[in-house]
Amino acid sequence: MTDVAREREAIVAAVDRIADRLADEKAYLTELDSAIGDADHGTNVSRGFGAAREAVVEADDASAEDLVKTVGMTLVSEVGGAAGPLYGGSFMHASGELEEGVTAASTVAFGEAFLEKVRDRGGAEVGAKTMVDAITPAVHTYKKSIEQDDLPPLAALAKAVDAAERGVDFTLPIRATKGRASYLGWRSVGHQDPGATSTLFILEEIHATAEEYLNGEGERDASSPSTPDDGEGE
Amino acid sequence: MKKLINDPADYVDEMLDGMVAAHPEEIRRLPDTKVLVRREIPEGKVAVVSGGGSGHEPTHAGYLGPGMLDGAAAGEVFTSPTANEVQEMVTACDAGAGVLLVIKNYEGDVMNFETAGEMAEMEDVEVAQVVVNDDVAVEDSTYTSGRRGVCGTIFVHKVAGAMADRGGDLEEVRRAAQKVVDNVGTMGTALTSCVTPEKGSPTFDLGEDEIEIGIGIHGEPGVERVEMMSADEIADRLATAVLDDVDPEGEVATIVNGMGGTPLSELYIVNRRLQELLGERGLETWDAWVGDYMTSLDMRGCSITVLDLDDELKELLAHEADTPALTV
Repeated sequence: MTDVAREREAIVAAVDRIADRLADEKAYLTELDSAIGDADHGTNVSRGFGAAREAVVEADDASAEDLVKTVGMTLVSEVGGAAGPLYGGSFMHASGELEEGVTAASTVAFGEAFLEKVRDRGGAEVGAKTMVDAITPAVHTYKKSIEQDDLPPLAALAKAVDAAERGVDFTLPIRATKGRASYLGWRSVGHQDPGATSTLFILEEIHATAEEYLNGEGERDASSPSTPDDGEGE
Repeated sequence: MKKLINDPADYVDEMLDGMVAAHPEEIRRLPDTKVLVRREIPEGKVAVVSGGGSGHEPTHAGYLGPGMLDGAAAGEVFTSPTANEVQEMVTACDAGAGVLLVIKNYEGDVMNFETAGEMAEMEDVEVAQVVVNDDVAVEDSTYTSGRRGVCGTIFVHKVAGAMADRGGDLEEVRRAAQKVVDNVGTMGTALTSCVTPEKGSPTFDLGEDEIEIGIGIHGEPGVERVEMMSADEIADRLATAVLDDVDPEGEVATIVNGMGGTPLSELYIVNRRLQELLGERGLETWDAWVGDYMTSLDMRGCSITVLDLDDELKELLAHEADTPALTV
């Protein structure tokens, strides 16, 4: 199988996993959103990724870049609310980074472009109790793991998932200053942000897909010339 | 929870079809969208369009007609419509004189409408916008996303629609709409939560003797939970906050708005007290609306809106309008 075909297959598989996961977590995300929002987050992201799954299957001869762009465009046109432009617009914007295919470097660039777009469009910084609180540590951890710690992409992704999880936990005790939860003021304290939570679920499924597709390749990458000397590694 | 629905996934679709079926001569649905538009928009008139999540009926499509809105984009329940759908609405409603977008201040609405406006401008449609933020319960500070847009939006629709109907150009229509935004305030209370069709259970749990003060229109909790009070005490609390914020002099227009599950009789009881209060403050009520204008599905509760008037706003409010939900 060519690399390009394998990349495509992996992306379609990732979208499939994400759609399944968000459908499973629909009620949970909606419950989180009930506490501090308007009880539609689970329904919205689940509907959006369900539509994205159909769209990528139909477009499965497209390049990695075009497939991810298709995901973004589908989310923008199906989801509405804030989640549509935030997730959809960011997938669209960041897809350009995958022009040369899916590599350690291009996925770092993808993550950074994704984060930049979410922050631009939503105007939220870390600490506002939004999806930015999960995306930011995930992207920074992934970048550091690849560029400084020389970890293989799969291990870097695992660290990014952990970072996102800590980000989600961090949203619990803080007061929302963005999004509908901000209207609750102090009453938003003690509730976990649904947007950060759906980000974590998406990352977990991307990681699970990567485990399936990168197994064995990670070690090859890791044994590349630069020798990590921090004694870490598993 | 018992509701008159089929599949929750078809809720918005079937509601829109039913609405068109009730007003087939006046309203049509743009194919493959959740956008309803007036069948006939006079050539050369500025179009006034709005939209937002469903569940606020008669907002938004109930205000389609001469003297008010030309287009209304519906989203899923409590979810703003997508940028694509808003853009289709803007393009379809442009009658050559540009389009005013009336947006309520929620991040999803603002993002999707602004994106849609940019898309429409690329197709050479002239676009202007106002963002309604009348909810005085919410502090406008760095700790919030600004104030929410709630029932005051109906006055914006009315005034902008009247100015457009009288032949105002896009800037005049925008300016009139902004004047309402600058002079209107609203605050609401929930006696019960609402039940969204997809979730099927109350969005928040409220004890028998508790109410939420300072709610939005999406079934979200308010800024404060307090013990149940009498209608007069609730009216005092809401109206005082609104009046302190708007600080009107002279004449006002008011709305006592039902949240979808409140009997009209209770709204009249609240209105009775509201009008007394206005009198005590030396204010004169030029027009008082009572009814379901901006609802939150089946929520029980109400909001109070006060608009500080000048001669221009009075004329525009009195200008004729002929829509399913409002006739002047």
